[in-house]
Amino acid sequence: MSIQAWLQTAATLVTVLLLSIPTGRYMARIVLERTTRLDRLFDPIDNAIYFLIGRKVTSQAMTWKAYTFHMLATNLVMTLIIFAVYSFQDYLPLNQLRFPGMEPFQAFNTAISFITNTNWQSYAGETTLSNFSQMGGITFPMFTSATTGFVVAMAWIRAFTVKNGGSDLGNFYRDFIRFITRVLLPICSVIALVMISQGAVQTLDASFVAHTLQGSDQTIIVGPVASQGTIELVGTNGGGFYNVNAAHPFQNPTPITNVILIVLMALLPASIVVTFGEMIGNRRQAWVLYAVMGALMVLLLALCVIPEQDGTPTLESAGIETSATADQPGGNMEGKEVRFGIAGSSLFADITTSFTTGAVDSAHDSYTPLPGISLFGGMMLQCVFGGKGVGFLNALIYGLIAVFVAGLMVGRTPEFLGKKIETQEIILVSLALLIHPLVILSSTGWSMLAPYALSSLGNNGIHGYSEILYAFASGAADNGSAFAGLNSNTAWFNLATAAVIFIGRYPPIIFLMAVAGSVARKPTTTPSASTLRTDTAMFGVFWFATILIVGALTFFPALVFGPIAEFFAMKAGLTF
Amino acid sequence: MLDYLSGAVRISLVTFVLCGFAYPLAVTAIGQLLMPYQANGSRELSADGRIIGSRIIGQDWRDPKWFHGRPSATVAPDPQDPSEYIAAPYNAANTTASNLGPTSKALQARFTADRKVLDEVAPELAGRTLPADMLTASASGLDPDITPANALLQVDRVARARGVRPDQITALIQQHVTPRSLWIFGEPRVNVLELNLALEEAFPNK
Repeated sequence: MSIQAWLQTAATLVTVLLLSIPTGRYMARIVLERTTRLDRLFDPIDNAIYFLIGRKVTSQAMTWKAYTFHMLATNLVMTLIIFAVYSFQDYLPLNQLRFPGMEPFQAFNTAISFITNTNWQSYAGETTLSNFSQMGGITFPMFTSATTGFVVAMAWIRAFTVKNGGSDLGNFYRDFIRFITRVLLPICSVIALVMISQGAVQTLDASFVAHTLQGSDQTIIVGPVASQGTIELVGTNGGGFYNVNAAHPFQNPTPITNVILIVLMALLPASIVVTFGEMIGNRRQAWVLYAVMGALMVLLLALCVIPEQDGTPTLESAGIETSATADQPGGNMEGKEVRFGIAGSSLFADITTSFTTGAVDSAHDSYTPLPGISLFGGMMLQCVFGGKGVGFLNALIYGLIAVFVAGLMVGRTPEFLGKKIETQEIILVSLALLIHPLVILSSTGWSMLAPYALSSLGNNGIHGYSEILYAFASGAADNGSAFAGLNSNTAWFNLATAAVIFIGRYPPIIFLMAVAGSVARKPTTTPSASTLRTDTAMFGVFWFATILIVGALTFFPALVFGPIAEFFAMKAGLTF
Repeated sequence: MLDYLSGAVRISLVTFVLCGFAYPLAVTAIGQLLMPYQANGSRELSADGRIIGSRIIGQDWRDPKWFHGRPSATVAPDPQDPSEYIAAPYNAANTTASNLGPTSKALQARFTADRKVLDEVAPELAGRTLPADMLTASASGLDPDITPANALLQVDRVARARGVRPDQITALIQQHVTPRSLWIFGEPRVNVLELNLALEEAFPNK
């Protein structure tokens, strides 16, 4: 790779790091309802909204059960709304291209997918959805699903800060509204305008026709792209206005917008770690976690960016230059855009899987096998920062398991942030952890034996298996990117991915909220000499190893059949 | 129970209106007011005011007298049988990539076939190592750019078709190379529509 490509990568990561600190501290002030300079602007807006929702429900303290049920009820109502929007878009306004209502299986899949922050798309935006559906059915749940993940994480952190036997985890509605009005909407409104200035489209028109110099007509689809394409990244959602997502020049027109989108994807999940440190009053603990996640991310990033530059034997035998020179980027450019090159595309691909966003600026299906492992890795571990709130919680799951194992090894009582971690918590946490591999591996296994699944494949041989594994890993991790050669708009994949997404999202959250309820009630212990400290570099290494060992042991066999086998097949010059 | 339902319904409706409509409509209003050119799709107009394309959406250039974009994997419904899809490069109403993997026989076959066509149209390319973007399809199928290396390899063909000296065309390319942003972001590139417009202006072809 060129020097510039390395500098681009480094500059992007440093920007995320530097921005995440003030952003994380600001978010802590929002969650803790401390004063900020923007209160005079936001207080009247929020108070009006609280009034609309109801004074009583927006002011009561909630136990873990109340918090969870309000969250689930809200998600259910929103699912019904967006399902209706997709299904009846032919009766709703702004449908200039006269798209029919979405078929029920696909509408069900899409509703589940967007309410859970997954944004798996078995449809192609520009040939399926009206502008009304894109705004009311897609942009809307992008805000609320990201917020759902965030508030759950905040309630969970509160459980550890509740002193001695309380049960108050905060108020779901206040957390929800404050995160939308004070964090998401301001960031999105400003950045969407920056995106437009670079060339992103934003209009209520649906298309225009160009009469080209070559003498043909080109119909070009437009719409409210910049507004959706911004929350898509800020909320780690990932559902594109267009089928090709952030590879489309109307969503991601320049290298500048590309780096803005990468930074936006990473910003809030990284900031949450800082918020965590502020809320528990222990910045050191937050930095240990930040370092663990950061180390994992750099590992996956290197595996993604470096081998993609090497190209493939197929490219070489066609007489294609694979090394970078001053006037061309070389490498595996199949499914990548010239303005981003290898470096900008593979950086985006790594971040979108690590931060489980699912937006893409290049075709993941065409990546070489080693970067493929990295893309799988981000989604399988789903705590390399991970998606909004949920990725952070996954990292803490591994942290609790590390505490428990380490406690047993050295014969000390396992404690985390001054709360004892006992059998009940570890059982719940293990269940939450095991659901993820269970749904991915069982659904992949089933599909590999089912003719109605195999007929969807876009690639033959080993890569076909990878397409299926990727679909379910992406669904379970709330990611939503795809090895898009797979035709996922079939009854089987619409129902199976919806089920995987649903089971991969809500049961783990419920188990974790139960852990929160149980932890909150415990007395806070004062650290003594016999306490195993969790805010040390030593524990960070142990945490890192726990994630890697548990994650690797769970998924390594599945990867051997896919990208690892394909790597050796590719090196041997085999094609399928 | 009623609390849950009433709270959930109300917050859903409020955020539906706020996030689903107020936000995108406000961005649309400001975007259309301040930046109508970009917000409407960076349209290039001809002298008589017809839309001849979007500056940032690639087009399917075929004649030898134009610079050509990259291969595009977009498709369109077959007019004979609408349930089947056929190749339709640069279809800006149905974007897609090839999604062919590194060990795909179909991709290998496409490279071989495209290479053969290139070598026939421009014999000077035969046996040369080509920049990757000349044979690989883009992610969007609408890539508006090619690499400077790709553009330079098309100079001889364009010069022949327009009856001008190759060095004149080369000079034109140099003027239209977009460098990396802020030195490090992205890759150097040439916008094909921009280059072809400049070409038509400098060396009109009757």
